[in-house]
Amino acid sequence: MLAQHGTPGLPQETHVDAFTTPLLAGTATGALLLIAALGLALTFGQMGVINMAHGEFLMAGAYTTYLTQQVVTNTDLSILVALPAAFLVAGALGLLLEVAIIQWMYRRPLDTLLVTVGVSLLLQQLAKDVFGAQGDPVQTPGWLDGNIDVFGYHWPYRQMFTILLAVAALAALGALLRYTSYGRQIRATVQNRDLAETMGVSTRTVDRVTFFVGSGLAGVGGVAVSLISGTNPNLGTTYIISAFLVVVAGGLGQLRGTVIAAFTVGVVTAFFTDWFSSSMAQVLTFALVVVFLQLRPQGLFTVRTRGLA
Amino acid sequence: MFHSRTRLATGTALALTTALSLSACGGSKSGESSAAESCVDTSGDTIKLGFLNSTSGAMAISEQTVRDSLAMAAEEINASGGILGKKIEPVVEDGASDPAIFAEKIEKLLTGDCVAAVFGGWTSASRKAMLPVVEADNGLLFYPVQYEGLEASKNIYYSGATTNQQIIPAMDFLKSQGVKTLFLAGSDYVFPRTANKIIKQYAKELGIKIVGEEYVPLDDDDWTTQVAKIADAKPDFVFNTINGSSNVGFIKAYYEQGLSPATSPIISVSIAEEEAPAMGKDVTGQYAAWNYFQSVKSPANETFIKAFQAKYGADRPTSDPMEAAYTSLYLYKALVEKADSFDVDKINDSADGVSFDAPEGTVTIDGENHHIAKTGLIGRINKDNQFDVVWSSEEPIEPDPFLKGYSWWDPSAS
Repeated sequence: MLAQHGTPGLPQETHVDAFTTPLLAGTATGALLLIAALGLALTFGQMGVINMAHGEFLMAGAYTTYLTQQVVTNTDLSILVALPAAFLVAGALGLLLEVAIIQWMYRRPLDTLLVTVGVSLLLQQLAKDVFGAQGDPVQTPGWLDGNIDVFGYHWPYRQMFTILLAVAALAALGALLRYTSYGRQIRATVQNRDLAETMGVSTRTVDRVTFFVGSGLAGVGGVAVSLISGTNPNLGTTYIISAFLVVVAGGLGQLRGTVIAAFTVGVVTAFFTDWFSSSMAQVLTFALVVVFLQLRPQGLFTVRTRGLA
Repeated sequence: MFHSRTRLATGTALALTTALSLSACGGSKSGESSAAESCVDTSGDTIKLGFLNSTSGAMAISEQTVRDSLAMAAEEINASGGILGKKIEPVVEDGASDPAIFAEKIEKLLTGDCVAAVFGGWTSASRKAMLPVVEADNGLLFYPVQYEGLEASKNIYYSGATTNQQIIPAMDFLKSQGVKTLFLAGSDYVFPRTANKIIKQYAKELGIKIVGEEYVPLDDDDWTTQVAKIADAKPDFVFNTINGSSNVGFIKAYYEQGLSPATSPIISVSIAEEEAPAMGKDVTGQYAAWNYFQSVKSPANETFIKAFQAKYGADRPTSDPMEAAYTSLYLYKALVEKADSFDVDKINDSADGVSFDAPEGTVTIDGENHHIAKTGLIGRINKDNQFDVVWSSEEPIEPDPFLKGYSWWDPSAS
């Protein structure tokens, strides 16, 4: 006999509560979607830029985590270094994309869509050439490696960490928008770009800051993703569609809808996964969002803009 | 306006494709009544062979290793005089991880470049896409990966395992370990679904209880909820048919949920020497079912590993699919030499019994179904991410892709 059950430490005969697992796991998935979608909500919502390379900023964040672990070998510490590092690396990539390409294409959403798909493929191939086609492992720090028992579900610390990360990112972004002068300028630009410009707001600078922050947030999301599955060059493609789904369903130009949409999509998908299967859950969630958008094309909430466009 | 333009574009594309494929076939298919006439040029002192592997896209991770070992086998064969005195001239193409591109490229290789045989493909979808093309052109394809069986084509040679050489030996191993309960975890596509169908029927025969069955799409890495169910079911063993990078998410979630080889070990059919160190977790003590491990002791394997690492770096491990690809090129050489011809029909006529002393051991072609007899092995991962062989079928297992020799198998049952 190989397997002997009754390992000390594991509770006996507990059965996973049919409600707890999808709720907790789904909230964590929602948190990850939120981090990925926050940046998109900014760039898509404010600037009308459909950035298909946003997923690759997540990938950049994941690879930054991997590289950080090569330099800071203490894994307990390296994840804390990786967070700001991933923000800066992904932010810098975003800034580069904005300056090099996107600034020439404002108000041409279809063109930005096509060009950024190209950039996305370029970045994936670049990652493959630099790091190899095989993914690289990311070590989970000791203090995140484990779980607590919630009604029979061994809730991983990593999922809690992801939720905390999303809340922190949301709070930081909210504070930036509400209390800083950049935040006011960003909001003014969203409401009416031309008027903001006549009031002396440099919308060019505002756009760049927005792109930097939005892309940087994707980098932070990449740190969380790397804890789930390590790195691989195609990591971004898994999240980009869901992130756009969340932004569109939430409504453009503000964060409230994005938050609600992200957690709803996460939790609903988790329940569908539990009842049916993972593949079926993706189909059903997608169908639900499509139906929702038929009924409410503008999404959950919209900002009343005073622009003419 | 928008609609009509879309339709126009589709129509044009369709017409173009048809015209292209017609002109491509034109040269070789003048006499439609007999089998397609070959345009392979055997007059020179080289012979063209096609290597069709994905070097871009999601499957490049795996298929590049196959490309590497094919290139090495070609170099070795050329250094020792070639095939029937002709040097191999490889024509390489990228399948781009897209079945449609595989179909398009194999057509180009067979009728445009006029290669004598094509080596490659990895996913079952890519093989299924190439099958009608290689049959219509009466070409040859050598497919190097273990797969779900239930297929045989006179134009394909399968150098990887079919299910009775990998899945069924794995179940025999589990039975020998006294396993009573089994949990099935797989990616959501044809190989895991078919493999699990076989596993479930054989488990019933063996008296092993299936306590859960979970699938996640290939491109989804988050296994947390599904693994929670494994932790709840506490099976004696987990049968893992997940493919690709999704394995990383599965393994991470497994350890995170407090599971370990001491309680519910995993047996995998797609984690090999390349993948084991990329899991981000110490996977010592977990199992895998293959027909080749780097640790296999044989003079042919020693030579193979030495040559591979000299060419590609001492840190590169060798694994089952790359060994099967390497073997397939040598089998092709043996097939041609036995038939004394590059002609596909002549090769097929004399194929039965052609064998090669491969790194995995001696392999022999079954002329009936074009699969090869291989030894089934179970390895346990050690701390160096190598596999210690803990179980072997001892003798090569005759390939049985349709499981005709297994009375419990009912293909029509769900």
